[in-house]
Amino acid sequence: MNRRDILRRTAAAGLLATPAAALLTGCATGGGDDKGDAGTHKGTKSEQNPLGVKEDAPLEVVIFNGGFGEEYAKAHEAMYTEKYPKAKINHSATQEISKTLQPRFVDGTPPDVVNNSGAGQIDFNGLVSQNAIADLGELLAAPSLDIPGKTVKDTLLPGAVEVGSYDGKFLVMNYTYTVYGIWHSTKLFTERKWEYAKTWDEHIALCKQIKAAGIAPWTYAGAHPRYMSWPLISTAIKFGGPTVATAIDNLEPNAWKSDGMKAAADAWHQIVKDKYILEGSPGLDHKQSQTAWCQGKAAFISCGSWLESEQKDVTPAGFNMTVQPTPSLGSGDKLPFEAVRGTAGEPFMIPAKAKNLAGGLEFFRVMLSKKGAQDFTRKVSSLTVVAGASEGVELPYGLNTVVKALDASGANGFNWVYNNYYRKLERNLVDAACGEFFSGRIGPAEFLDQCQKGADSIAQDSSIKKYKRAV
Amino acid sequence: MRHGKYPLIVTFLVPPVLLYVIFVVSPYLQAFQISTTDWLGYSPDANSVGLANFKTLWNDDYVWNALKNNAILLALVPVLTILLGLFFAAMLNMGGRKGRAGVSGVRGSSFYRTVYFFPQVLSVVIIALLWKEVYHPNKGLLTSALNSVGLAAPTWLGDPRTAFWCVLAVMIWSNVGFYVVLFGAAMSAIPKEIYEAVMLDGASRLATLWKVTIPLLWDTVQVAWVYLAIFALDGFILVQLMTNGGPNFSTDVIGVRMYDTAFGSETKFGYASAIGVVMFFLTLTVAVLALRASKRDRIEYS
Repeated sequence: MNRRDILRRTAAAGLLATPAAALLTGCATGGGDDKGDAGTHKGTKSEQNPLGVKEDAPLEVVIFNGGFGEEYAKAHEAMYTEKYPKAKINHSATQEISKTLQPRFVDGTPPDVVNNSGAGQIDFNGLVSQNAIADLGELLAAPSLDIPGKTVKDTLLPGAVEVGSYDGKFLVMNYTYTVYGIWHSTKLFTERKWEYAKTWDEHIALCKQIKAAGIAPWTYAGAHPRYMSWPLISTAIKFGGPTVATAIDNLEPNAWKSDGMKAAADAWHQIVKDKYILEGSPGLDHKQSQTAWCQGKAAFISCGSWLESEQKDVTPAGFNMTVQPTPSLGSGDKLPFEAVRGTAGEPFMIPAKAKNLAGGLEFFRVMLSKKGAQDFTRKVSSLTVVAGASEGVELPYGLNTVVKALDASGANGFNWVYNNYYRKLERNLVDAACGEFFSGRIGPAEFLDQCQKGADSIAQDSSIKKYKRAV
Repeated sequence: MRHGKYPLIVTFLVPPVLLYVIFVVSPYLQAFQISTTDWLGYSPDANSVGLANFKTLWNDDYVWNALKNNAILLALVPVLTILLGLFFAAMLNMGGRKGRAGVSGVRGSSFYRTVYFFPQVLSVVIIALLWKEVYHPNKGLLTSALNSVGLAAPTWLGDPRTAFWCVLAVMIWSNVGFYVVLFGAAMSAIPKEIYEAVMLDGASRLATLWKVTIPLLWDTVQVAWVYLAIFALDGFILVQLMTNGGPNFSTDVIGVRMYDTAFGSETKFGYASAIGVVMFFLTLTVAVLALRASKRDRIEYS
C-alpha cells in the first residue's frame, strides 16, 4: 500500500464519517416501550405530607447552569433533605438542557425536576403537545410550607400561574419574577442632570440631548435583536391596551398590524432614523452591548431584571442601574406610563414520567416557601413569584428599582406569552425582523409585515399545537 | 499458519465492524426511518407520515436559503483554500532563491510552516470566538486597523451584506494551514531529479509549478477537494457560534437549520431527520462528483 492508497482510503473514510455526523439527530427513538414506572415512588398522604412524598425515595434535579448558577438549587435541596433525611438527592447542572435530556425523555427515564431554561431550552410547545410534562395542579392546592393558612397558589404573585398554563392546565412553574423595561445609570443621569422621559416626544428630545453630549442614546444586542421587540410591543400594549398582546398570543390575523403595533413601530423607528443607536450595535451580542452600556458608551438599553446580576462583574461602582417603563406615546394611551411588563420566568417542570413525581412537587413547595424564596433572592439578587418574599431582604440598587416599578405598575401590569407558546416565532422570526428594523434596513411597515408573515407561518403549520388565552 | 488464518481475521475484524454497524450504520438507517415520521422527540410516539416531511422541505424557503449559502460555500471554499494552500506550500518548499540546482523554500520557511499550522491546533470553538472578537464592530482588530488609517469599517457580522463573507473568510483561514502541510509533504516527496531536469531546460518558476508540481500532486489535491467539499456542506460549528445563521438568516447553512429544527426553536425531530437525509445524499453526491471530476491519469515516479 503506498501513500496514494492511504490518502484515497482516508478520503473514503471521510466520505462515510461526515454524513454520520450530519445524521446525529437521528439517534435512537429508544424502541418506544413505555416502561410505565411514572410516579413509582409514592408515600401516604397526610396533613404533614399533603403531596404523598415517599420519604426515602431519591430525587433527581437537573438545573440550568446559567446566570443564576446552581448554588441556590443546592440550598433548596438541603432544605428538602432537612425534611426528608432519608432521601438521596441526585443534583446535576448543565447548560445544554435539550441535548442532555432528550434521550432520557424518549427512554422514559427522565429526571424528577428539570429547570428548562437557557439557549438549550426544550421548546415547551413540543413538550406539552407530547404530554411529556406533569400537571402541577396538586401543588397549587397544597398548603404553603411556611406561610400558615394559605395554599401555595395563594402565595404567588398575580400572573404566575397563567404564564405556566397551557389550555388551563398548570404545567410549568416559573420561579422568578422578571420585569422588562428600559435601563439607565442613575449616576450618569444625575451627573448630566438628565431626567428619564415619560412621553415619547420627550424621550426623543432627551436622546437628542444625550447624543449632543457625545454619548449614544441607545444600544442593543444586535445578535439577539428580539431584546428590542420587548419595549416596542410594550409601547404598543400601553397605547392600545392588553388586547394587543392577546391578539398576538392567539395568532389572530393581522395581530402584528394592529393600530397599537403600527403606532409603536412608527415611534421606535425614530431612534433608528435619527441615528440614536450606538454605532456597531447590530454586530454586538447581548454581553458586548450590555458591557458597552455599563462603560457609559450608551445611555439606554432594553433588558429584563436579570441584567443587574448578569452584569455584576463589569458594572462600575456607583453605576446604580435603574429600570423604567417604556415612555407613553401620548395622552390617548390606554395604560398609564407606570404600567410595566412583569412576568414569571425561569421555568421548572416535572416530566410526566418522573419516578418521584410527588418528590418533585414537594421540591417545588420547598422552593415556593418563604424561606426558600428569600434564600434565592439573597443568593442571586432576583425576585421570586412568591408575593412579599423579598421583604426584609436587603436588595441591590437595581433590584430595588424593579420592586418600585412593580409597585407603581400595580394592576396595570401586562404581559404576553407568544414566546412560550411558539418559541420559534420569537427566537427566529420576530428576532430576524427586529434585526432588520433596528439596523435601519427596513421601515416600520416592512417590519410589521415580516413579523406578521412569521406569525402566519406558525398559524398555518399544522404540526405546531396552538394555544389560546383569554384577555 | 493456514489453519489460524480465519480465527485471526475474525478476531481482528469483528469488533470494529460491529462497532461501526452499531454506532454508524444503524443511526443512518434510523434517521431514514425517522425522517418519514412526525416524531417530536420527547415521547416514544411517532406517526408515520410517508414523504410529507420531504414535501414540506421542498417548499421551505428557509431550507432553500440555507442550501443556497452552502452552494456558495461549496463553490468558493475548496477552490480558494486549495489555491492558497498550493501557493503557500510552493513558497515554503521551492520559493527560495538560493541553490540553483536544487529547490528550497523561502527564508524562514520552517517558521512559517509552524505559523500556518496554528489554526489547525486550535479547536474550532476557539477559532469562532477569536474571530468574533476580531470582528467586534467597535473595538475589534479589523475595525481598529481600518479606523487607524482613516477608513470606515462595516459592522462585519452584524450586517447581512458582509456577515456571510466574514464567516467564509474564517473557514478558509482555519483550513489553509492543514493543506499547506499536506501539499508540502507531497511536494517534498517529488524526486529532486525531475526539478533538476526541468531547470536545465530553462523552465520558469511558474511553469515548473503549473506543469510539474501540480500534476504530480494531483492525487493529494483530489483528496483535499473531497474533504473541503464535505466541509463546505457542513460549516455548522463556525456558523452556529459566530452568527447562529443571522442576521436575518444571511449566514444560515443546512446544518444549522437541521440543529435548530430539532434542538433549537422547535423539537421537530422527524423533519430535522428529513433535512439530515437530504444532507446525506447531497454530501454523497458532491463527494462522488468531486472524485470523478478530478480524475486524471496517475503518474508514477518510481
